[in-house]
Amino acid sequence: MALDRIENLIEKYFDAKTTIAEEKELKAYFTSTNVAQHLEQYKPIFGYVYQAKQEQFKATLPLHKPHSNKKSPMTFWLSVAASATVFLGVGLFTYHSFNQPETQNLGEINDPEIAFRETQKALNMISEQVNKGIGSMNYLNEYQQSKNKIFK
Amino acid sequence: MNQKEFMQLVNPFKDKVFRVAKRLLVSTEEAEDATQEVLVKLWNRNETLGEYKSVEAVAMTMTKNYCLDQLKSKRAGNLTIVHNNFTDREAGLHKQAEDRDTWQWVERIMNDLPEQQRLIVQMRDVEEMEFEEIAEILEMTEQAIRTALSRARKTIRENLLKTHRYGIG
Repeated sequence: MALDRIENLIEKYFDAKTTIAEEKELKAYFTSTNVAQHLEQYKPIFGYVYQAKQEQFKATLPLHKPHSNKKSPMTFWLSVAASATVFLGVGLFTYHSFNQPETQNLGEINDPEIAFRETQKALNMISEQVNKGIGSMNYLNEYQQSKNKIFK
Repeated sequence: MNQKEFMQLVNPFKDKVFRVAKRLLVSTEEAEDATQEVLVKLWNRNETLGEYKSVEAVAMTMTKNYCLDQLKSKRAGNLTIVHNNFTDREAGLHKQAEDRDTWQWVERIMNDLPEQQRLIVQMRDVEEMEFEEIAEILEMTEQAIRTALSRARKTIRENLLKTHRYGIG
């Protein structure tokens, strides 16, 4: 093989301009026994590249039945039905809870005088309760007094 | 497609997948795992395999993506042990041993290249694939691949010369 051709190819090789066929030619040349002295330096590259292709995948493949990723139509319709049920349930619940009838019968008094009396009674009761509450708050004043004694 | 047919389909390129995975992941075990992962994924896609123009190209793309993901998550996990072929390297007495020795240098230099260049060198120089195929798998233009390849080859040459001159680098 003409040496200048190889030299030429090498130059093209490092510019990544060689074709597959030319690269095969280079590999053949550099894995042969008579490589020119000044080209010896490139030998390991092609030697390695050649050797690297010999490596094989030796582990076993755990192939089981293809558990198809596609769900069967049955599962699909089941999920549709399930989600429909859920939505229906939620919808009905909210519908009912927002439409509670608000007509609670509290009793009605028609005579104004009785109504006035009843109202007064109710208000009296409230104020009584409130006074009771305030009364039990009285001892808080003690705190206020002693605080005022200390912090002037 | 049954298991036998699948194996027939996969056989021509399963070694290739393994070697590409190993180029990226370096360790043999991890490369084996990656290959298994990719092939099993293919197997699960069984029914749709016929739709692809080239199953091999699909497999290569999957391998590339899987390995790069793997490397990314490894880096995130702060695992930085780089497997360097822990076989002890005896001084080569005869020529063959010496050759193997220099091959190891080349391998090391190659594995120090950036991931993309490693992939390109592997696919072009080792697997002898056409630029067109590589471009498709890596989603790059042919010109970009040529540039990266040229750069990678020159880096290998320079580092190899350095190693020669200074002894083990």
